[in-house]
Amino acid sequence: MLITPLIEEKAELTGGGLSPEPIVLSTRIRLARNLSGEAFPGWADEPQRESILERCFEQLTQLPALKDGVFLQISDLTDLEKQVLVERRLVSRELIETTDGAGVLIAPAQGLALMINEEDHLRIQGLHSGFNFIRTWDEVDALDSQIEDCLDYAFSDDYGYLTACPTNLGTGLRASAMLHLPGLVMRGHMEKVVRMVNQLGLAVRGSLGEGSEATGSIFQISNQQTLGESEQDILKRLINILHAIIEQENNARGVMLEKQPEVVFDKIGRAFGILCNGHLISSQEAVSHLSLMRLAVDIGVFPADKRATIDRMSMEAQPGHVQCSAQADIEPEERDKFRATRFREQFATFPTLDFSNIQWTPNPSKEEDNGTDE
Amino acid sequence: MAKPDQCSHCQKPATIHLTQIIDNKIHKVDLCEDCPFKEGVTDTEGFSLADFMLKDPTAIEGEHGALRCEACGFTPADFKKTGRFGCPKCYESFKRILDPMLMNMHKDTVHRGKVPEKALARLSRKRRLDQLQSDLQDAINSENYEEAARLRDLLTEAKESVNPS
Repeated sequence: MLITPLIEEKAELTGGGLSPEPIVLSTRIRLARNLSGEAFPGWADEPQRESILERCFEQLTQLPALKDGVFLQISDLTDLEKQVLVERRLVSRELIETTDGAGVLIAPAQGLALMINEEDHLRIQGLHSGFNFIRTWDEVDALDSQIEDCLDYAFSDDYGYLTACPTNLGTGLRASAMLHLPGLVMRGHMEKVVRMVNQLGLAVRGSLGEGSEATGSIFQISNQQTLGESEQDILKRLINILHAIIEQENNARGVMLEKQPEVVFDKIGRAFGILCNGHLISSQEAVSHLSLMRLAVDIGVFPADKRATIDRMSMEAQPGHVQCSAQADIEPEERDKFRATRFREQFATFPTLDFSNIQWTPNPSKEEDNGTDE
Repeated sequence: MAKPDQCSHCQKPATIHLTQIIDNKIHKVDLCEDCPFKEGVTDTEGFSLADFMLKDPTAIEGEHGALRCEACGFTPADFKKTGRFGCPKCYESFKRILDPMLMNMHKDTVHRGKVPEKALARLSRKRRLDQLQSDLQDAINSENYEEAARLRDLLTEAKESVNPS
């Protein structure tokens, strides 16, 4: 399969990149760019899109950040391969639904990816584990400047970078973080958090639209407005609100552990029990149980090195990935069986749950990593 | 408070009512069961009520209907259908429709942020070369050879600054 190297290599979200952290699962920065003098992808006809794709491939595959990476034309991929790319967060659903003239350039370790002819001609994405806006921005900004060296961007003094949709005008920047907030969900505080975030002009999205324990208590926080503010100001605002949410999540966990520890231990215990002993586990169930396993690491029930393992399991438990591992075209129920079998094998190697050493950090370091990890 | 009954997009009975608060401004949109734009609501990649605001038919009035982008043939009706423009030139062609929309959508209507310096420098150099070339041709045509010689020298100098040997 064309995408095999992507699954096999040590990648950003599966232990091959920056260290995973509690609460902030990942940081993502996306820039929308277009070539001047060309119709946007949605309005351009097939020959135009093909020509843009060819031009981009020719110019961009030489760039230092991308040249040792993987270059794919969407029309060359099977449905399964497209599904896996979406699961790895390297492309969007919109890109894989395009039948022609669409492609993606993926850098080694999958921290940088460049979609061609999705909604805009170019969508540059930087993706890192943990809370790393500054580093991710620097990388994306650098790649953007290198691209600007060899391609003419559509830009106006008034409106900034010109995009197909006016909602992306100006900076073309969408910055977001995926947060793991089981404490706030258990305490019923999410509505309050959502309101606070909205009032600051940012958006909150649950991983399946609402966000609850059933969806692994995972939420995405992102900016919405792109015009009228500098990239630094947008990022600063986002970083500040994230600090506030992280603090609230830690407090919520602290309150739960102080006032209702059995509730937390029970959830963790049951999730672990199912993962060790279940025979049919759906992808949704997996998300929910693995979320509790990550919480278990955060509070000291499992050793810290298990966090990366759990993140990798989360990636590989997704339907497309399971199908790839099974190396056969299997039905959903077969996938549930395969997934459960993998979990039984993997969790058999885990230490037993240890509730004697519970720890939680009231307010962990507020400093972002500045690219100093291994 | 009674909820409006009609889908913002197609005027059928509305059963989905969305409210989003951005920067203390309340934005509301009402959709019917069959509305194609309701797909975007559950899109985890990104949903913004601003996207719906774009597709609000009342934002694009009749007087602008005759507008057309010279570069790509896009019309306001096309924009109404998809919420996206056809090409970069559309932003000039449809400025009158655009500016009121941008106030609602963004922090400001003027860009404050990164500028593609090199691309702009290339563009302004090219424009200068084109202008010099055209002026040179005019000078030759009007037999103003002294002027033509001066312009030719400027042109040579300008070309060398683009492609230093």
